[in-house]
Amino acid sequence: MTPAPPQRTDKADDPTPAYRATPLRRAWAFVRNTWRGLTSMRTALILLFLLAVAALPGALLPQRSVNERNVNGYLAEHGWWGSLLDSLQMFDVYSSVWFSAIYLLLMVSIIGCLVPRTSDYVRSMRSKPVLTPRNLRRLPHHERAETSDDVDAVMAAARKRLRGWRLTEREEAGGARSISAERGYLRETGNLLFHFGMLGVIISFAGGALYSYEGQVVVLADGTEFCNSGIYNYDSFEPGLQVDGTQLNPFCVRVNDFDARYRNGQPVAYESDIDYQSGEDLTTGTWRSHHLEVNEPLRTAGDRLYLLNHGYAPTFTVTFPDGQSRTQTIQWRPVDQQTYLSEGATKFEEPGITDPAERRERQLAVTGLFAPTPSMHGSILSSAGPQLNNPTVAVDIMRGDLGVDSGRGQSIFEIDQSMVEAGRLERVARENLEVGQSLTLEDGTTVHFDGVERFVALQVSHDPLQNWVLASAVVMFAGLGASLFIKRRRLWVRATPAGGDGQPAGAADDTAADDTAADDTAADDTVAGDGAADNTAAGDTASGDTAAGDTAAGDNGPSERRTVVEVGGLARTDQAGYGEEFTRIAADLLGRK
Amino acid sequence: MPVNETLSQYSDWSYTTSVVVYILAMVFFLVEQSFGRHGRQAAERTRSRELVGAGTGNRNTDPGNRNTDPGNRNTDPGIGNTGSGNGNTGPGNGNTGAAPTRAERFGRMGVALTVLGLLLHASALVLRGLATARVPWGNMYEYVMITCFVAVAAWLVLLRKHPVRHLSMFVLLPNVILMFVGGTWLYAVAAPLQPALQSYWLIIHVAAAAASSGVFLVPGVASIFYLIKARNESHPEKFAKFAAKLPAKDVLDRVAYRTTVFAFPVFTFGVLCGAVWAEAAWGRFWGWDPKETVAFIAWIVYAAYLHSRATAGWRGNRAAVINVIGFAVTVFNLFFVNLVTTGLHSYAGVG
Repeated sequence: MTPAPPQRTDKADDPTPAYRATPLRRAWAFVRNTWRGLTSMRTALILLFLLAVAALPGALLPQRSVNERNVNGYLAEHGWWGSLLDSLQMFDVYSSVWFSAIYLLLMVSIIGCLVPRTSDYVRSMRSKPVLTPRNLRRLPHHERAETSDDVDAVMAAARKRLRGWRLTEREEAGGARSISAERGYLRETGNLLFHFGMLGVIISFAGGALYSYEGQVVVLADGTEFCNSGIYNYDSFEPGLQVDGTQLNPFCVRVNDFDARYRNGQPVAYESDIDYQSGEDLTTGTWRSHHLEVNEPLRTAGDRLYLLNHGYAPTFTVTFPDGQSRTQTIQWRPVDQQTYLSEGATKFEEPGITDPAERRERQLAVTGLFAPTPSMHGSILSSAGPQLNNPTVAVDIMRGDLGVDSGRGQSIFEIDQSMVEAGRLERVARENLEVGQSLTLEDGTTVHFDGVERFVALQVSHDPLQNWVLASAVVMFAGLGASLFIKRRRLWVRATPAGGDGQPAGAADDTAADDTAADDTAADDTVAGDGAADNTAAGDTASGDTAAGDTAAGDNGPSERRTVVEVGGLARTDQAGYGEEFTRIAADLLGRK
Repeated sequence: MPVNETLSQYSDWSYTTSVVVYILAMVFFLVEQSFGRHGRQAAERTRSRELVGAGTGNRNTDPGNRNTDPGNRNTDPGIGNTGSGNGNTGPGNGNTGAAPTRAERFGRMGVALTVLGLLLHASALVLRGLATARVPWGNMYEYVMITCFVAVAAWLVLLRKHPVRHLSMFVLLPNVILMFVGGTWLYAVAAPLQPALQSYWLIIHVAAAAASSGVFLVPGVASIFYLIKARNESHPEKFAKFAAKLPAKDVLDRVAYRTTVFAFPVFTFGVLCGAVWAEAAWGRFWGWDPKETVAFIAWIVYAAYLHSRATAGWRGNRAAVINVIGFAVTVFNLFFVNLVTTGLHSYAGVG
């Protein structure tokens, strides 16, 4: 919005040249006003609210970045509504255009606020405390007394008492002298640190999204090795935007065992003994051992290795009619995280068949449920607990074309249902098996349930910038503390030789210096948490009335040399609670007990 | 370590008793609030001070008038004529010698009962911790228990500095409701922690989260009162009876601001510790888990509250509305996110 240029209807010989709204000027005005609007506190507030509202769908709807399966489930369930939400990027809230737009605008707003604030800050750190107002009585905190000390002694005592304050002393008319003192500069330091820290968090967080990667892999806990050498070793892999998977930090891991301990059916510990090698060890072949636990990741080669979960991998041996046998141990996926009832599909090919067509008719899959602690409801198998206690499988044996040669990827946990629907994969047996039991198909093939192996679900994470996030967050937190708890306040002391009238010069005047102090307070209104300083200041005052009444000046004998001491105070922050401190200081300065 | 059933049983009894004592205290505060003139008088006193204060800046934070001793806060029933107002700032205000009114006595008994309830509440926490040999905030029931504990404790601390005792009922009410819900629907038997929670970060992160949530209850309630009071000031016919018993707007505003300023850094600390813990437990420091997201939203709302107080046109009513929203988000985070959505923070142990 460009403000309309002032219309000049003056005579042509007006000495000031008419303001002409050239396109350039208009453009500049537009840019300037946009910038001012964007960096105003009101805009920042509105952007903060927008950010809060925009983040909300991410908590209510499933997110692809968190759980893709839930998103697909939601989409399948909700039809057009789901696809509408999807086209609005509601399932990728935190990488969506609108979310990014809001936080980018907010960042610009913060920077636009910080730049001028920083230069103001530098200036204020160099400047002396403001002039003493002519009339200290107008300040929210004010006390006044007379003393028999002379001006120099009062000033010396005040300087001593105000150690730690930033001070300047000034000579005033009529032999009076005053001290302006200010304290609490660290508040603004903290405020700036907080906001710069927050910028640091945002920037390093965004940087992490470029250069980080995260991969999940299931490894059998029987001495199987896994190497972080390429993304194909992973079951799932989420690269950052700048990661192509060729530059992974090399390290290898060998999972020796896994142990879960339970009490009353509740898990109390998951742990796994692993060996690993990274860096030099890779060339020398040295393995180092490590005890991997939940909450205790392995940190090596700039990556982190986590124990995320565990599960069971049943072992089946299929003996074909010709006497050949094949044994496989494949992980089955836990479907219930409490009881570890698991599902899966272990797939076999009959050996020695060369004809592809025949081979596709004789593939076998052992698929169904696995229960570590079986509990039967009729003939339906479910699990009563996560511990291995007479483990049992309820399996369907499927024979036919598994579709593994179709060129489509398929899950290791499932059979291709489209093959079942097409009638090319048929169930040839259904039975419950305990360890050691077997079943025999019509053609003489036997399926034997040999036992169970454990697997661990590992995650490898890499984020080169996360230490920067932490450092920025620490700066931010320290700044927050300083900006909320340090109070900025001013104090003035004026000592005036009591010259008969006992009234310091200009006591009743409404002076310029006075206004300066008030203006400064108003200027603070843009500071977060510093607002409303003026009315608070008013609220925190000590019992000024009584003090003034007690020490009514002017009725002292002229024989004694006396000095009128006045103390004024102004809190520059919101709800500062300056009153008590001021009363204490004033009592010291005025020699009261 | 096995769970000590006996201690756990004592903890449950202690918890129930503390809820009963809080309810009793509420009844006492209700008597003070409704039947005593104290509430109205206290409210009028803060207001008349404000009128006088316009000239002298005389408020009850200055040492001369700030009498934390309940006896000193008592307005002499004989004065009665608080309408004139000015007399209240005079030295006669102390009235140290005057006998407390009946309502005043009820209020004090209410405070005593609240302290008793808080002690029982504390023993419920300690016994639960001893029974399970761990910190007593490992599931939602225990989390509600400690959050309410912090809220009541924060309120008692505030009572020492601010003339708001007659409002105690309204702070106890949400607490009692929360504790009732906690003790019935969310109750979980004492049990050891699942592996993901076995970390010293549990002590720090959850304690910070519970402490800040508990303290946030106080500014939430104070801000609701602020809005009622403000509504009454612009439309005197609205809430006429109730608003008369509320303290001056700026007292409520100060209570809300000071408690928020205390709780906000604690909350920030809790979120930061959560991120450090998540890095060790889940493989990333921030992953937009529902709990993380709503905590982020609450953080933003409270940050907006602090900024709004420094923005012309946003002070007062708008700031109070923002604070109420902040508390609503906190409650939403506690219940909705734990019970309805599923995420990594699903440790409620309910069901």
